[in-house]
Amino acid sequence: MAQQHRTPIESGAPDGFQYMHPVMRKNFGQWKYHEHPRPGVLLHVAHGGDKIWTVKAGTQRILDVFTLRKLCDIGDKYGDGYVRFTIRSNIEYMVEDEAKVEPLINALEGEGFVVGGTKNSVAMISHTQGWLHCDIPGTDASGVVKAMMDELIDDFRGNNMPNRVHITTSCCQINCGGQGDIAINVQHTKPPKINHDLVGNVCERPSVVARCPVAAIRPALVNGKPSLEVDEKKCICCGACYPPCPPMQINDPEHSKLSIWVGGNHSNARSKPTFQKLVAAGIPNNPPRWPEATAIVKRILKAYQSDARDWERINDWIERIGWPRFFEMTNLPFTKFHIDNWRGARRSLNASTHIRF
Amino acid sequence: MAIKKHDTPMLDQLESGPWPSFISGIKRLRDEHPDERINKVTNDLLGQLEHSYETRKGYWKGGTVSVYGYGGGIIPRFSEVGKQFPESKEFHTLRVQPPAGNMYTTDILRQLGDSWEKWGSGLVTFHGQTGNIMFIGTDTPGTQHFFDEINDYGFDLGGAGPCVRTAMCCVGAARCEQSCCNEQAIMRSLVNNFTDDVHRPALPYKFKFKVSGCPNDCQNAIERADFAVIGTWRDEMKVDQEEVKAFVEKKGRKYVIDNVISRCPTNCMSLNDDDTLEVDNRNCVRCMHCLNVMVKALSPGDDKGVTVLIGGKRTLKIGDLMGTVVVPFMKMDSEEDYERIVEIAEETIDFFAENALEHERTGEMIERIGLVNFLEGIGLEVDPNMVAEPRRSSYVRMDTWEEEAEKWFKRKAEAAAG
Repeated sequence: MAQQHRTPIESGAPDGFQYMHPVMRKNFGQWKYHEHPRPGVLLHVAHGGDKIWTVKAGTQRILDVFTLRKLCDIGDKYGDGYVRFTIRSNIEYMVEDEAKVEPLINALEGEGFVVGGTKNSVAMISHTQGWLHCDIPGTDASGVVKAMMDELIDDFRGNNMPNRVHITTSCCQINCGGQGDIAINVQHTKPPKINHDLVGNVCERPSVVARCPVAAIRPALVNGKPSLEVDEKKCICCGACYPPCPPMQINDPEHSKLSIWVGGNHSNARSKPTFQKLVAAGIPNNPPRWPEATAIVKRILKAYQSDARDWERINDWIERIGWPRFFEMTNLPFTKFHIDNWRGARRSLNASTHIRF
Repeated sequence: MAIKKHDTPMLDQLESGPWPSFISGIKRLRDEHPDERINKVTNDLLGQLEHSYETRKGYWKGGTVSVYGYGGGIIPRFSEVGKQFPESKEFHTLRVQPPAGNMYTTDILRQLGDSWEKWGSGLVTFHGQTGNIMFIGTDTPGTQHFFDEINDYGFDLGGAGPCVRTAMCCVGAARCEQSCCNEQAIMRSLVNNFTDDVHRPALPYKFKFKVSGCPNDCQNAIERADFAVIGTWRDEMKVDQEEVKAFVEKKGRKYVIDNVISRCPTNCMSLNDDDTLEVDNRNCVRCMHCLNVMVKALSPGDDKGVTVLIGGKRTLKIGDLMGTVVVPFMKMDSEEDYERIVEIAEETIDFFAENALEHERTGEMIERIGLVNFLEGIGLEVDPNMVAEPRRSSYVRMDTWEEEAEKWFKRKAEAAAG
């Protein structure tokens, strides 16, 4: 007799109410305003007068069960046992009693977690899996972020920026990290290296041909075997062919570089949501601490901090001062690669005499 | 039995510095966990990761692993250097859907941690970029055992592959005064209507729902969801003039003019001589900036609802796209409202399944066929709120102009009649 399998219960996304702090449950949809008593702490006040304090802390994101239990112990001993995680993987402890806030902060900081990440801070860097778990990564994720947050920790803890700064990282050009005020992404600079012995058996060739954004891949017989070839003059080295066809190796220890993009903003506040734009490339992918990338990020942050006005996100700031001034202030080279040539690119050109001197 | 620990001179350099170190965490599992299986798995994981750091290359490849009855939800990982690191040669991730709003009690976190340590590596992330709890690292039998255990107490796998993916919503009405809808209810109504499409990948490519309670869009929905639901309101914003005066008193007129009045994208605000605020609500685009600055004085109106945008995605294949408006406003109060938004999602996914090319997202499909064909396909009427500006190019055939104009006037008349 065949082995009996358990039938899954297709319950989908669980109801959040069962895990919600009672004060939040009671005042659901009834919040009046919030205050920001200190970095890392929010106070929300309901119409009826109820209050809830939130303490936000950064962690290493890749949590081992010991760390998870430590976070739970802190929540039980110093909090009310209710937590949530933000979109940037910070943990938030909600407490009803203001007297609990200070001991909770001390407990978190005492155990090495970092209280902050609220308002006009440098938020936790959102990141992906990298070498730890991804099948196509050009670099690591957790390592880059750990090394960078070591240097940006004061800006996470404090409120030293004109507005919040969201930094993202991505280990390939698919850009799972998403749009950020500053984005650090892998940028390959050489076409894939093809193992023609494997392509025929491993890759569904028509799908791979279809995957190329610039139609640079075509089927070919190589050494009598069905394979694929790349028109290296057309190839933009994006790596889109690599996931469906691992024998088309795009990652290269030397030629897979990092690039930095700025001005992505998901919010509708002030301007419509914006995409990030290229500012720096050719940055070495240099484990274990990627100092060159961090140095450029810090340079951009410094210029933003010194020149942007209150509430300006990086995109708002550059919109006001113009791109020439941005490149001047950050001392980054402006090259032919900054001028877009992808579809719709003409809209990014300056069709006016609006020029700052 | 003592295990032979791999040397990790590069990873060791990620243990210094003030930010918490994931390497120290993995080492704790290797050195201190009572289960020898976990010691060995994490030792070989560190070994492979060090090898990646040294050679600047990844060594995981995909494959096919799933639990009984499902086709997705697991990210299979087989090591290409499994001979050197045999204990972690299978290191699959389970994607698990979090409770709406990412709410947890410490009890449920402990329970999940206990289950995971029984069957997996002991490494977990709250949450991945799509929004799943990522239980990182187990072998093929472990995926089934762990799933069976957590499924019994209410957790289910998320999406992986060409399917409806795990959805996300912001904290919203649970703890935010800007919330304009019940984010958790909308998110769960949508994604839980498609559990079959979550668990059995059969779409052209991935399809994501994200819900943000206001236009601050903390869930990045417009930028990275195929189906973005954003809370908004259509009556006048609420102004507490006494609080406005108090704010001006505290911050000064210059601050208010520089940071509120002149930052309004449609110039719809004016500070009166008596330090009260005048708002031209007809021209307010609900950008949220002034509400973000003057949290006590300004709040969303009462006539709340949502805007739906379709087609946001990241780079592959044609470049990054934002979602675009397909429903400028709909109420989200009654059961019928919820049924209607689910119906729009069903129409969208059906149309996507039938018309998108392989590995094409909704945004790319719309780019290829045009928004109008998509709207006609899912039965939505055109609306000037869907465009930033009308057509620039005259290269279009318009011989049914009268008919189309008539539709517009008819809709206007129907709307006026209520």
